[in-house]
Amino acid sequence: MTATETSQIVASRRPMIRRRSAIPGFALTMGVTLTILSLIVLIPLSAVALKASEQTFPEFLQAAFNERALTAYRLSFGAAFIAAIINGVFGVLTAWALIRYQFPFKSLVNGIIDLPFALPTAVAGIALATLYAPNGWIGALFAPAGIKIAYTPLGVVIALTFIGLPFVVRTLEPVMRDLAADVEEAAASLGANRFDTILRVILPALGPAWLTGIALAFARAVGEYGSVIFIAGNMPYKSEIAPLLITIELEQYDYAGAATIAVVMLAVSFLMLFVINAIQAWARRLGQ
Amino acid sequence: MTISIRSVEKTFGRFPALNGVSLEIADGELLALLGPSGSGKTTLLRVIAGLEFPEKGQILYGDQDMTFTSAAARRVGFVFQQYALFRHMTVAKNVAFGLDVRKGQAKPSKSEITARVDELLKLVELGELGKRYPAQLSGGQRQRVALARALAVNPSVLLLDEPFGALDATVRKSLRKELRRIHDATGVTTIFVTHDQEEALELADRVAILNKGAIEQVGAPHEVHDNPAGAFVCGFVGEANRFEGAVKGGRFQSADIALPAPGVADGAAVAFVRPHELVLAPADQANLSIVTERIAPQGAVVRVDGATASGQRIEAAFARQNAGDLQPGAKLSLAADRSYVFSA
Repeated sequence: MTATETSQIVASRRPMIRRRSAIPGFALTMGVTLTILSLIVLIPLSAVALKASEQTFPEFLQAAFNERALTAYRLSFGAAFIAAIINGVFGVLTAWALIRYQFPFKSLVNGIIDLPFALPTAVAGIALATLYAPNGWIGALFAPAGIKIAYTPLGVVIALTFIGLPFVVRTLEPVMRDLAADVEEAAASLGANRFDTILRVILPALGPAWLTGIALAFARAVGEYGSVIFIAGNMPYKSEIAPLLITIELEQYDYAGAATIAVVMLAVSFLMLFVINAIQAWARRLGQ
Repeated sequence: MTISIRSVEKTFGRFPALNGVSLEIADGELLALLGPSGSGKTTLLRVIAGLEFPEKGQILYGDQDMTFTSAAARRVGFVFQQYALFRHMTVAKNVAFGLDVRKGQAKPSKSEITARVDELLKLVELGELGKRYPAQLSGGQRQRVALARALAVNPSVLLLDEPFGALDATVRKSLRKELRRIHDATGVTTIFVTHDQEEALELADRVAILNKGAIEQVGAPHEVHDNPAGAFVCGFVGEANRFEGAVKGGRFQSADIALPAPGVADGAAVAFVRPHELVLAPADQANLSIVTERIAPQGAVVRVDGATASGQRIEAAFARQNAGDLQPGAKLSLAADRSYVFSA
């Protein structure tokens, strides 16, 4: 038996997962990743599920799907969805303006887009609540028409729109920048007018990134707590979001009930992230 | 369609890209715009296409003034260096795009479009690939799709911007022949931009050589190669050894070489001798002598690199059977069969 044969046999005995690679450090990086992921994400989330499973199944159903919880889910997911759509429309316009045109204070505008990332959400919530309250600067404009914004589901949508804006803009920007000008010129030289070019060439090319951005804004909005509680009014069955319901049940020492709602939200969030990943995989296949 | 370009000027900021360019392209002609980068050749092509607009001058299609007509209204086929395919559409959809965006009466029926797409995909030899996406094709195949897409609208002129620039050498060679075949089959007036003189000389009916935003010479490939109009064309088209010196009384003289220069005014001058026009000669009939450094047989020729006594580098190419047994370090006497001398 020659030396090479020996080493081949030794190599083949290694676990399947560990392929020979020219890039060192697989064991180290994978180990650290799994440890951190477990400590920070996996173990706490399993604990939530474990806590929820302390109840019997009918108890679980009752805690998860009672009338108050259902209204809260409806508000959380509904408002998050509307906010994500609003961000989808304005995000694409904002990204377009930032990529395509030069205007004064452009870098300032560019910085302001990221503010919702950085600002403590409670600050945003208080500011929005003050502005949109019936006696606030903006709320006062709508109050005579009988439209109440703050302390209603409408207020929730406004807060969620605020925190979701950067996601669509920042997801679209690199794709828009990559969208070579020659593709538009090709469309023009083939006789397409501006409208056709935007509708049939530019928007479809942006599609996957756009969906990803909207999905990210949606996911962020579903979990949002800090900014919403100040502007929502938090009336049960009316303007109470699901994360708030969790806090309320915790305050009542109903840990299993809180964990139950958390599990439902967890399941939905996981489903959403799965969808986001599917969109991205689809986009990669289309891309070059 | 005949294309006339009349004294076109175009600047980018303070940099003049086109400096009063005039050019006539005959109906059905295949013309190459050849020049180094920054010579304005791509700008000229884009002005013809309506993707840029000139500050002065006129662009005529036939006898119709198109100077400020939009690209969409000109009916040009434009092929980009980086293909510029719509990557969310299949190959067939890409090719059909120009017909699909037509409105009302001008729009062909679905079956007419399908038939036209099939015909074009066959023409560019991609018959089977209509359902693929651009990402699933090789570079050469993508450029064929771009070509078919540009031809779908029955363009009055086909414009290609460095169409083979992003492809590797083998694909480039075969696609070059392909373009010539497609041009001959469709008869559409075609203008292509290239910085590759071999490509221009092999493919085009006529070559327009641009330098610094102006046309230096227009002519058939053998004309610009054999009778260059000036020092720039001589140095740019084909290979050449360049000598700097002076002309006195119809003779060019530099440190290394003496050449006849009939009709060239006295004063500073540059001379060019092409490598394949240098021949081995007895010492008393030679124009220059070199010490060889590298002997490289390449197919039918032997390429010789060497230097003169003053250190000027010289390239020569001999037919294999005339080269005998050359060795590096040998001293060679060379005569110039032909030379070009221009006042500097």
